[in-house]
Amino acid sequence: MNSVVKGTGYILVHTPDMIMRNGTTQTTEMIVNPGSEYLKELPNHIRTYDQAVNYYPNQTYIGNMTPAELAAIEGPWYDKPMENAPRYGKFGEIMPEAEFYLLMQTCDVFDLMRLHKDFVAEHLEAFKANPIIDETIVARVNAGVEQDEIEHFVNDEHAEGIYYNDKLVGYLKRAHDVDVNLSAHVMLENIVSKASSVLATLYAVQNAGINKEDVDYIIDCCEEACGDMNQRGGGNFAKATAEIAGLVNASGSDVRGFCAGPAHAIVDAASLVKSGAFKCVIVSAGGCTAKLGMNGKDHVKKGLPILEDVLGGFAIVITENDGVSAEINLDMLGKHSVGTGSAPQAVISALVTQSLDKHGLKITDIDKYSPEMQNPDVTKPAGAGDVPLGNYKMIGALAVKRGEIDKKDLASFPAKHGMMGWAPTQGHIPSGVPYIGFAREEIMRGEIKKAMIIGKGSLFLGRMTNLFDGMSFVMQTNTAAEAQAAAGVSEDEVKVLIGKALKEFAANLIAE
Amino acid sequence: MDLENQKRVKEFTEEYGAENIVVLLGAAEGEASGLAAETVTAGDPTFAGPLTGVSLGLKVYHVCEPEIKELIDEAVYEEQISMMEMVLDVDDIISEMTAIRDEFCKY
Repeated sequence: MNSVVKGTGYILVHTPDMIMRNGTTQTTEMIVNPGSEYLKELPNHIRTYDQAVNYYPNQTYIGNMTPAELAAIEGPWYDKPMENAPRYGKFGEIMPEAEFYLLMQTCDVFDLMRLHKDFVAEHLEAFKANPIIDETIVARVNAGVEQDEIEHFVNDEHAEGIYYNDKLVGYLKRAHDVDVNLSAHVMLENIVSKASSVLATLYAVQNAGINKEDVDYIIDCCEEACGDMNQRGGGNFAKATAEIAGLVNASGSDVRGFCAGPAHAIVDAASLVKSGAFKCVIVSAGGCTAKLGMNGKDHVKKGLPILEDVLGGFAIVITENDGVSAEINLDMLGKHSVGTGSAPQAVISALVTQSLDKHGLKITDIDKYSPEMQNPDVTKPAGAGDVPLGNYKMIGALAVKRGEIDKKDLASFPAKHGMMGWAPTQGHIPSGVPYIGFAREEIMRGEIKKAMIIGKGSLFLGRMTNLFDGMSFVMQTNTAAEAQAAAGVSEDEVKVLIGKALKEFAANLIAE
Repeated sequence: MDLENQKRVKEFTEEYGAENIVVLLGAAEGEASGLAAETVTAGDPTFAGPLTGVSLGLKVYHVCEPEIKELIDEAVYEEQISMMEMVLDVDDIISEMTAIRDEFCKY
């Protein structure tokens, strides 16, 4: 029987102070044009936490509004605040920077990160007040250090400074004197990824209604690598995340594939469960500091706020079939193979129609497609267009070429089979997965029957191959009842029938 | 344009001579095509890459422009490009590319 999506967690973290110091667009600019107008102007374009929370796409990401509700609001959305929007949503939350620094510190198991004692004292209560943060995590909070120590490590020991409202409030030091793989910069990126993955995982477990002890395995699919100079990508974010999240019975491993990583990881997880190897597997990923403010130059030039001011994270709980949840159909996989080629036409055919053709289905038989769900507010001003819309047009054009829709219906295809994008441009984060939480609900409510999740990855960025990559899978209405009916009377039903017969037999004996 | 790609364009130009280079783009938008075309003709407008302040003036086309389309085998074009041609705003791309070539192309 197919495995099911039992629950999902989606989180964002507002990190305004990391944009300038950790986003590569900004750090590159500091090297090549240190006195540029952009760097001078950028601080005037930073959103407050409330502005990031009151932003419709972010509210959609954490589940407070549906993709359909978002699409009903005409974009751009950055200048239309959703007044008094909540921090928490049914899928997760938008965590403020200060609390995230505490979470990062609790995720550091090598005493690399320390915060100022006053900073810790000021924000500890808020951190504890978060219902998802349990006492084991709170117990990991270090009371903090003096300013002298922070300045020493930042000024003399190559530590990364931790800033809050532009003020130095902590440090994250290197984990090795010469190994660049353990430099403060890399350790910061990795601990950020781990901490945001932990947060998403905690929500996914809660939302799935399972116990932490139930999780057998966790697969991390972010785009960072952890290791040292002898094994640069040794791993393993997954198990490190499971440890802090309290998944005591879980082991895990990391799966990578640039932005296609999540789709690969979910197919792996669904296969592990369907095969019977494990009963409950989580796929998780944290966010990426390097991509903060990635399109900032265009946003600043066009007078917009820096919209790439949040880290993203997600986690998906995949379990054995429970008879009700939306299934992952492993008979309907699409993959970009080595021989596929990199023309968009070849890529889309491989990812979309490969699995449909196997089952004699048409492109229009899939109710909703979730390809790269980047928020167009971010990408359009940067000249990259509306990414989801571009994907829907391609899928629609393929349907026209296959004679499945009329060319005149091409214009209405995106609205009918697609959605407006709402995910932050964090690479793997928008890659198909933001819709899984909504798809699960829409399928279970009977609003849709089939959704295709499509992940695409730019492998050539790693300079190991010029190849593109991609993976797709289909989520569908639960078929457990149908499968049982097809198999005849189930074992449970037989037990019930025998029990009933025995009771009747006993009753007859007593009557006699 | 990606910094690494700028570097490669610059190296190829040094190796083969600017007059022998044609840069072929596949960007999905007129604006993005124009930016890439500007980078390999006038120089990197974002002042970030190796082509900052380097005006190579190269010949540059988008794969959907008629000059390129007529050079490609019809069946191959149908198989590889026709779907994207249906999706892209080809007129916008042509006008952006033509404007950049008219202003900055030296060959």
